[in-house]
This record gives sequence, structure tokens and C-alpha cells, in this order.
Amino acid sequence: MSYNADEMGYYGEFGGAYIPEMLYPNVEELRANYLAVMQEESFQEEFQQLLKEYVGRPTPLYFAKRLSEKYNTKIYLKREDLCHTGAHKVNNTIGQILMAKRLNKTRIIAETGAGQHGVATATVCALMGLECIVYMGEIDIERQAPNVARMKMLGATVVPAMSGSKTLKDATNEAIRDWISNPVDTHYIIGSVVGPHPYPDMVARFQSVISKEIKTQLTEKEGRSNPDYVIACVGGGSNAAGAFYEYLDIPEVSLIAVEAAGKGVHSGESAATSVLGKVGVIHGSKTLLMQTPDGQITEPYSISAGLDYPGVGPMHAHLFASGRAEFLSVTDDEAMLAGLDLCKLEGIIPAIESSHALAIFNDKKFKPDDIVVVNLSGRGDKDLNTYITYFNL
Amino acid sequence: MNRIQQRIQDDKKILSIYFTAGYPQLNDTVSIIEELEKNGVDLIEIGLPFSDPLADGPTIQASSTQALHNGMTTQLLFEQLKDIRKTVSIPLIIMGYFNPVLQYGVDAFCKKCKEVGIDGLILPDLPLAEYEAHYKETFEKYDLYNIFLITPQTTEARIQQIDKASKGFIYMVSSAGTTGAKTTFENTQETYFNKIDALALKNPQIVGFGISNATTFNQATKKAKGAIIGSAFIKMLTEKGIVGISEFVKSIRSF
Repeated sequence: MSYNADEMGYYGEFGGAYIPEMLYPNVEELRANYLAVMQEESFQEEFQQLLKEYVGRPTPLYFAKRLSEKYNTKIYLKREDLCHTGAHKVNNTIGQILMAKRLNKTRIIAETGAGQHGVATATVCALMGLECIVYMGEIDIERQAPNVARMKMLGATVVPAMSGSKTLKDATNEAIRDWISNPVDTHYIIGSVVGPHPYPDMVARFQSVISKEIKTQLTEKEGRSNPDYVIACVGGGSNAAGAFYEYLDIPEVSLIAVEAAGKGVHSGESAATSVLGKVGVIHGSKTLLMQTPDGQITEPYSISAGLDYPGVGPMHAHLFASGRAEFLSVTDDEAMLAGLDLCKLEGIIPAIESSHALAIFNDKKFKPDDIVVVNLSGRGDKDLNTYITYFNL
Repeated sequence: MNRIQQRIQDDKKILSIYFTAGYPQLNDTVSIIEELEKNGVDLIEIGLPFSDPLADGPTIQASSTQALHNGMTTQLLFEQLKDIRKTVSIPLIIMGYFNPVLQYGVDAFCKKCKEVGIDGLILPDLPLAEYEAHYKETFEKYDLYNIFLITPQTTEARIQQIDKASKGFIYMVSSAGTTGAKTTFENTQETYFNKIDALALKNPQIVGFGISNATTFNQATKKAKGAIIGSAFIKMLTEKGIVGISEFVKSIRSF
């Protein structure tokens, strides 16, 4: 079985490009060119150089000694939190801005929830001198003020999404509407492995640098390129896609995707799409989707804005349906405690998204000689307010 | 014969009106349809509201949100429409997004459409390739026309492909953008209308997006077979309700 996209952008029954005709030329231009552009030597050179000198890659694969002792197994942290701008998101925005330039686009749009992808997009637009418009839900703008300020300092225009629930899903709708209205000069930098083909595949390829590095680094440290487990949190699923990518076809490596259970999977305030979702179409892709029986998309909830998405990328829907990856879910409380635990044990303040991946060690048991890689997708600076409120700091 | 086919064979220009089912009031659907037919409208698009209408501008978005808030569902729409063919003969099209249809079950949805007397569907986010690969047979089994869109950015090769796959008419999006009213069209639109007309397609074209008044209706239908008004009609309904329909239709076209 293949775990990558086929020519039509399908992962098993999931994926495709369910887009209105108004978007067809934009998406088709990208689809027809993305693989060829990515394979160009000059593209790869520029991409690799920026990842190295601007993003700061390779990010360390750090053996977390005290955390390992606590859970009696061998835990490595892939330090995506050390990327420029504070999370893995920038791997993709660097790739896409280079893509946009090669397609002669002069105007960049993006959606953002917590603001991490917005900041990563504003950053690369500043780097390349391109106009940047970021759509962000009105509610998210209020609760993520520091990231809004960062985007503005980087020269981006932040446009509030006032429709629907005024969060990430609506910001994505507004970005898509912008793209419909600006079909020629604009490139839409989607921040996760979601959206119409070729986005899930393109974003996964840009993020695959994470697992490529894990292979090399683990070989240096352990004399083997394959860990027993790779663990990553999943909202839309871009960091998980990057951490899993090189291991998809290696069945000895177990893949664990961790979703946000919010206040409990069945509490009505959750973002555990694999449990609560049904097959549907959102933002141009057929995937698992949280929705009413009538097919209206419902509003998810998680304390972590980055996991607060009602769908999941089609690659992950397929990993779930095929059983290739194990899907677990972690509540707000479990994630917050795991985050604090990492601070105390390793001196690392993780993003709350990444804390979800760390929280599974309480329930899921590993053998002492298992090698477990956790993708630490981002750092917790952006979450300080949430940590302060939650722990009364 | 499918009622859409019959209607486009008439010699006159087609005025099509879009409204969102369940708006302004939950149970306005039948009254709006009857009133539109009575006032000489030629074709009606019944909007099935969706939580995330990507191709729509603010007016139709807001009407969809309100309709859902009022309690509109797919099931309820079919119930409201169950006796519609006892009172009207106008061609009826359901316009909506693919996900609610998928959840209802594509076959079940099409079957129900046939039962109540729907003649066609417009599902902007069900693209040509997916339709032809998976759903064409089902639509044809129930004699439903699937109406495709073209835009000013659609290449000629793709227009020809869409023309080949189309039945009834082609929905010609007037300009790059989401749905919404304009007061007049510019030269670029006129050029586009003329360009499409010169292709002499098999299917007639009905222009949508940006039609709001007699001026834009006449500009759009100079070459095309007809035009669709959506957002401007919704705005009128918001202000005046069903009693405003007669005056609205007369302001677009005098008979």
C-alpha cells in the first residue's frame, strides 16, 4: 500500500481537489509545476541554503536523558522548536515562497490560527520583499496579540476574518476567497498538509526535511536510522507529515499521531478528528471532518490554537483508516502537565501543540530499549499567557 | 424533457433568481418560489445553505448562516419542496456545496431531487474530473443536469471540455471574485462576454456573479442567453421580504 499521494492527489480514498472552477487555474498551475520546480537543482540549492543559514537547520536530535529516565525508555526530541520563528512551520513557508517566486507571483496570502504560520509567512515575505496578507479569525486576533504584532512588524497586513466562527477555519475560507478574487498574481501559502491537491503533498515534501534529518542523526547516535516509534501531534498535520515522511514505507517504525481531545473526546469541546470525524470535504480536500449529520462543519476546540482544526490532512486520514499510524488523543489538562514536566526535566518550554505529543508517555508504555522520537514541533513562548493563566504563575 | 432544456429553447432571455432556502424565515421557501414564478422569472436556483460557502461573498454567506440558524437542513428542504410541482412548473435547480450532498448520500440526494421535481444541481466545489469519474451516472439516472461554471480565467481548451460535459446551460461567472452585486460591468467583462459568444458553444451561457439591476442584466444578456441574480435579491429580501419580489423583478426586466 502506498502512503503517498497518487497523481490525482489521493491517499487511498482521501484527498483530491474539490475546488470551485474559479480556483482551477491557480491550483492547476501549481499542480502542473510543483514537482518539476522542486526538482530543479537551483531550487534545491536555494532551499537547502536557506534552511541551513536562515532557519538554522539541521535542528538537533536531542537525547532527553531525564525524561527517558522518568518513563524508562529512550526518548529523543527532534528540536523543531529551535527553528527561526519558533516552529517547524517555516520549513514550508521557505519552500513555498521559493515556489511562488518561480511561478512569478508577486503577492502572498496565508491563513493563520494561533499566528505561527502567519509569522512564518510574514517572515519569508520580508526576506523576499513580497507583499503579504494574512487572514486571521477575529477571535484569534484578540487572543494572539503578540503574534499579530510580530506579523505587522514584519510588514504583513493582517486581515480579520469576520465570518462564521471567526477562527482558523474561517480565516482559511477568507484566504480562499481572496485567491478566487486574485487569480493571476497571487500565491496562497497554505500552512498545513490540507487543502486541494497538490498542497498536502507539496507541504509534506517541504516538511520531510524533519525525518530526513532524524534518519541521519539517529544513525550517528544509535547506529541505526530507524527508531521504534515516531510521535507527533496532529492538527492539520504538517509537523507529523514531516516527521513520518521518510518512515511511511518502513513498517518496523511505528507512527503515533496525537490529537487534541480538548476537555475530553466526547465532551463536545474537542478536536479529535479521527474519533469524531466522518468522511467529508473541507477546504478542497476529501478527508475526515468534524461535522453535523447534515454535513455542516462544526467548530472544534482545543486549548492549543494550532490543533484547533475540524479536519485533518488527507494523508493522515489515510494513515488512520489504513491502520498505518496509531491515533491517540490527549486532553488540555494532560497536555499542560506534560508541557510543564518538560520544562522541569529538560529545561525546554514546549508549545502546547507539542506538549500533546509528550503527554502520551503517561498512558502508553514503551520498552526500556525502545528508541522513541518525539517531534517537538514548536517552542512555548507564544503560549506563555495560556501557561500563566492555567498554572496561576 | 428536462424543464431546463425546455426553457432554454424559448426565444427569450432568461432571468434566473437565486435565493437561500430558509432565509429570511425558515418556511419561506415555497412562497418565494411561487412568487418568483408568478412574476415571470424563468429559472430558480434554490440555495442549500452551508456553513463554509467558499465561493460566496458576504451577502450570501450571511443568509446561509441565518438560514442554518433558523434550522434549515437538507431533509427539511426536501419536505418543504414535496408538493412544489403541484403549484409551479418553472425549472428548479438546487445550488449548494458538495459536503451536505455527500452526507445525505449522493444517490439518495439525487433520488429525492427527482421525486420532488428538481431539474438540476450546481455544486461549485464538485469539479468536472470528480463528477465524471464518480457521480455522472447517478445524476443521469435521475435526469438531473449538473451545471458547470466557467470564469474569465478558464482556458479555451477547458471551456470546450466543460461544454462537452454540460447539459442545459453553462454558468458563466462574470469576473474573478466571489458572489456579490455590482452596479455596472466594465469593458473587460464585455470583452469576455464577446469572447465566449464567439466560441459558439453547444450550450447556451447564463451569466452569474455581479448582476444586480437592469443595467447589469442587459449588459450580461446582450450576448449570453440569460443572467442570474443572487446577492441583490437576497438584499432585497432582507429589506422588504416576500412582498418586495414583484417590484424587484419588474425593476430588472419589463415584460
